[in-house]
Amino acid sequence: MAPDDIVGLSWPKDDLTMIPYGVYINADVFDLEMERIFHGPSWNYLGLEVEIPEPGDFVTTSVGTTPVVLNRGRDGSIHAFVNRCAHRGAQVVRETHGNTKVHTCIYHQWSYDHAGKLVGVPYRNGIHGNGGFPNDFQPGAHCLNKLRIEIFHGIVFGTFSEATPSLVEYMGTPLKERIEALCTRPIKVTGYQRQRVRGNWKLYIENVKDCYHGSLLHSFNSCFGMFRSTQRGSSVMGEHPYHSVLTTYGVAESEMVGETLGAIATHKPKFELEDSSVVDVFREHTDGMVTTILTMFPCFVLAQIANHLGFRLIRPISPDEFELVWTNFEYVDDEPWQSEVRRKQGNLLGPAGYLAMEDAEALELAQQSIHGDQGKGHAFIELGGRAFEDQDHLVTEVPIRGFWKGYCEIMGFATGDGTAASS
Amino acid sequence: MTTTKISNRTVTGEIAEQIAVLNYRYAQAIDDRRLDDWPDFFIEDGRYLIHPRENRDRGLEGYWIYCDSKRMMLDRVLSLKEVNLYNIHYDRHSISNILVEDAGGGVYHTRSNYTVVQTDTGGISTMFSVGEYFDQVVFMDGEPRFKEKIVVPDTFAVSPLVAIPL
Repeated sequence: MAPDDIVGLSWPKDDLTMIPYGVYINADVFDLEMERIFHGPSWNYLGLEVEIPEPGDFVTTSVGTTPVVLNRGRDGSIHAFVNRCAHRGAQVVRETHGNTKVHTCIYHQWSYDHAGKLVGVPYRNGIHGNGGFPNDFQPGAHCLNKLRIEIFHGIVFGTFSEATPSLVEYMGTPLKERIEALCTRPIKVTGYQRQRVRGNWKLYIENVKDCYHGSLLHSFNSCFGMFRSTQRGSSVMGEHPYHSVLTTYGVAESEMVGETLGAIATHKPKFELEDSSVVDVFREHTDGMVTTILTMFPCFVLAQIANHLGFRLIRPISPDEFELVWTNFEYVDDEPWQSEVRRKQGNLLGPAGYLAMEDAEALELAQQSIHGDQGKGHAFIELGGRAFEDQDHLVTEVPIRGFWKGYCEIMGFATGDGTAASS
Repeated sequence: MTTTKISNRTVTGEIAEQIAVLNYRYAQAIDDRRLDDWPDFFIEDGRYLIHPRENRDRGLEGYWIYCDSKRMMLDRVLSLKEVNLYNIHYDRHSISNILVEDAGGGVYHTRSNYTVVQTDTGGISTMFSVGEYFDQVVFMDGEPRFKEKIVVPDTFAVSPLVAIPL
């Protein structure tokens, strides 16, 4: 499959203000994404070092739709490999997490070590001189496919491609600095949250780059006075437009101390909470950032919203479905009262989150209608202008277009053909 | 697997029946979308938690909903009625295997199974969530109330979101 073979997609504008709806539902596009993005020159979130602290610890995840195991070896090193037996293709590791000395496929009991190296083949030399594998059988040629990995502040990323630049070069300065700010202190996973959404995975990555919807779709912000329209914010992409860091800043410290966010709204909140502990926020970052939503192409999100901290992985399942996996965390040295604040603020995020539940509904509505109209026409993205630039406000959709710029480059889609400009 | 054993202190008879009815009334209030009634099934400092199976079994917190007072439940009702947007649907609860244990001090521990089927605007019904309730029940003026209700969905990959309490 080559980009030119995909029919029905048109990219009329070079500035990517028009996105063909077909890109969200087309099965050929999805297959090409698996090949060119997820098996191509991209770094993909695999998990955290703290999830596999001991030798033999493993977790399963996926890169695109490809099942992957992240495993700590006997010597403490970390490995990642494809979870598909080199013999007949069965999934080798069936548990979601655990600790093991060796991974044995249930089908014919081929076994693999912590790096995915084949270490055991039953009946290799036959039984009583009968059968067995040919003499030239080489176990070393039948290992599980390895991913190249890099670890940045305890976050493990993997890539299938030798062409992928170093992780730090790939992420660029804004992401590097923000991850450093949030992940330098030792962290502890507080829990996972999973949502299955009947929508294309790109709808979600757009959503977390979309500053426009924040106070409109998520009315909790404005109704309970959590968001103030004059609040300072920025939308930064840095060297690579396909990543982004969206930030809002708190107000002066004098206003923050002992105050809830509900008390700092410019207008009186429409409703009052009986128990404001859910929006009680303590100041913990000297730079005054109260919200950071960081996205790294293709599917990784790190979000700090008030004191709530979490990674999100978007796992594509099919053109019409993805799983959103939230891995929430706190700092190991948090005081008990700080843990309690984060626990309470957990009500804001996740599948039942006051500030998040709407997203799944909005995305499913989009997918249904795009499908219903057979992917015809184009989405329109011009808020914040037609340039690709960092901005010191949040009245913008520029980071969404930044994503599409990177997407079209890696996918090999030619843009600006001028066709279908009327749709 | 995390399990909570029901011991030989299992309670039957009138108290068990009252607690079963408390659960049925609770479910009916939600299914009737009488959200204002939902917090009244709890005592003032009652707790309502949704703790997905994956986290519970791994000894992690990671709640979907964490209300440690009736006031927090009232806030959720207000937010669901006036503020939040979510899929338009009907809920239908089924509760079974209700077992009650006398924990002493007037507190009864209850464990039961639940299933919630959702029906969308097109009339299509989907199994939305299946799991367990781990409850603590006390009696106030002869009426049973939840001191705590921990919902543990086996369906820990929820599709697509959880708005209405389970």
